Amino acid sequence: MAQDKKGFSHDLIERNTLLLIVLVLITVSIGGLVQIVPLFTIESTIEKVEGVRPYSPLELAGQNIYLREGCYNCHSQQIRPFRDEVERYGHYSLAAESMYDHPFQWGSKRTGPDLARVGGKYSNAWQVAHLVNPRAVVPESIMPTYGWMKERPLSYGDIGDHLKTLKIVGVPYTDEQIANAKADLEAQKNPDGDTAGLMKRYPKAVVANFTGEKTVTEMDALVAYLQVLGTMVDFTKYQSKQLQQ
Amino acid sequence: MAQNYKDELSGVETTGHEWDGLRELNNPLPKWWLYLFYVCIAWAMVYYVFYPAWPLGKTYTKGILGYSQREELDTRLAEAKAGQAKYLTAIAAKSVDEIQKDKDLLGFAMAGGRSYFNENCAACHGAGGQGAKGFPTLADDVWLWGGSSADIYKTIQHGIRSDDGDTRGTPNVGMTAFGKDGILNRDQIDQVTDYVLSLNGKTADAGKAAKGKTVYDENCAACHGDAAQGSVAAGVDGVGAPPLKQANWLYGSDKQTLVETVTNGRAGVMPAWSKRLDDATIKSLAVYVHNLGGGK
Repeated sequence: MAQDKKGFSHDLIERNTLLLIVLVLITVSIGGLVQIVPLFTIESTIEKVEGVRPYSPLELAGQNIYLREGCYNCHSQQIRPFRDEVERYGHYSLAAESMYDHPFQWGSKRTGPDLARVGGKYSNAWQVAHLVNPRAVVPESIMPTYGWMKERPLSYGDIGDHLKTLKIVGVPYTDEQIANAKADLEAQKNPDGDTAGLMKRYPKAVVANFTGEKTVTEMDALVAYLQVLGTMVDFTKYQSKQLQQ
Repeated sequence: MAQNYKDELSGVETTGHEWDGLRELNNPLPKWWLYLFYVCIAWAMVYYVFYPAWPLGKTYTKGILGYSQREELDTRLAEAKAGQAKYLTAIAAKSVDEIQKDKDLLGFAMAGGRSYFNENCAACHGAGGQGAKGFPTLADDVWLWGGSSADIYKTIQHGIRSDDGDTRGTPNVGMTAFGKDGILNRDQIDQVTDYVLSLNGKTADAGKAAKGKTVYDENCAACHGDAAQGSVAAGVDGVGAPPLKQANWLYGSDKQTLVETVTNGRAGVMPAWSKRLDDATIKSLAVYVHNLGGGK
């Protein structure tokens, strides 16, 4: 049947691997471009809200630990626009709120609760106690313990490079922020020190000696990160109409 | 390639391929499947017309229904609010005490309060208000910041040592670190902790406890009260110092924990909820907490 046809036929594609690869690539590219490109051009994709800033160096180090430990396997950071989610977790997540996340932490796979607005929901002491032993505060929890993180010193000699790298992919870190990265990281752990520069560069950053340890530990970074999640946008400033895409 | 070989057994034509003698029957697609496929394509066309579909540069086709998930959410939330309006307006207008006197409102507030408590408060205070080390029990009658319904309401609204301007206590200021700040030496801490142990009928060195009373009177009584009755009973505002003669201890009542507490101080923090939850929810929570067992 096939060989009777003249010119271009399915038979030809099936028998010519290179042609098959080229045509598959073209087809998949069209599918991808149609889905992805409009998100860059449509103006309402990312809501225009004030307050979203890049993570402070300590928060960023905390996000790196969050990723390293695979927290995203059980916790999403995306409150969907449904009544049950909004009543439980708070205002639905905006695209704008994760525009500086690389990678973003959206998802619907929740073994533990969504963390998009966990910032400020519990005290620093609770976050530390809970990470050290979740069962000590939530008896029914199945979360693993992360007590070792409390004493493990944070490796942050290269924190400036992390900011620089993120700047390359579009996170608007300023030269001033990059130059002060290490100092800002240490300042956020020391509530008795001078935090004016840090707070100017990173408004709403939570400054505290989270763990009470003398050195900056991995848990300090992680709690600093958790405590800023979902707190950057002041939703009292916006009518729900303004946030509709 | 083989000619279009007809399978003898089924009488169906094959595709023309052959793999080591194996051939593939060229059966047509089932009709029901094929028509369903066409229906899906037609449905997509309908969808394009009614729902948001095609990107147009900076914008996109909104569809004649103008559907938006976020708008639908607003509608759903408004519906839910309207359904509860009778209760919500009454709760907004009344004080927490008045709500508790109204049987209908009490039932509504308790039911709502319970689910909001489990979501927001139980992580620290326990699902039954039993508390945990460092997080006060809400089911007993020891209240560091007052246990009246109005006190509980205010505490939930503004938190304790929180970033709220009207918070109870002062942010980052708690019990003095008497040891770390060099106010008391090791011996004095040893004495005063023995005194506190003796107040609670626990094994303590009588000689040390006697000396400890002097240390207590000079350093601790200002907040914890002359008779260790706690700041609320002693009428000291804004410190939240617990009674030290009691069965319920926030951090522990053994010698080691007491020494640790006096040496390093304590400063429990509760977040303010007025920015996170609306007023009716906070009032419902206050009603619920007040009814956990220890409300005054």
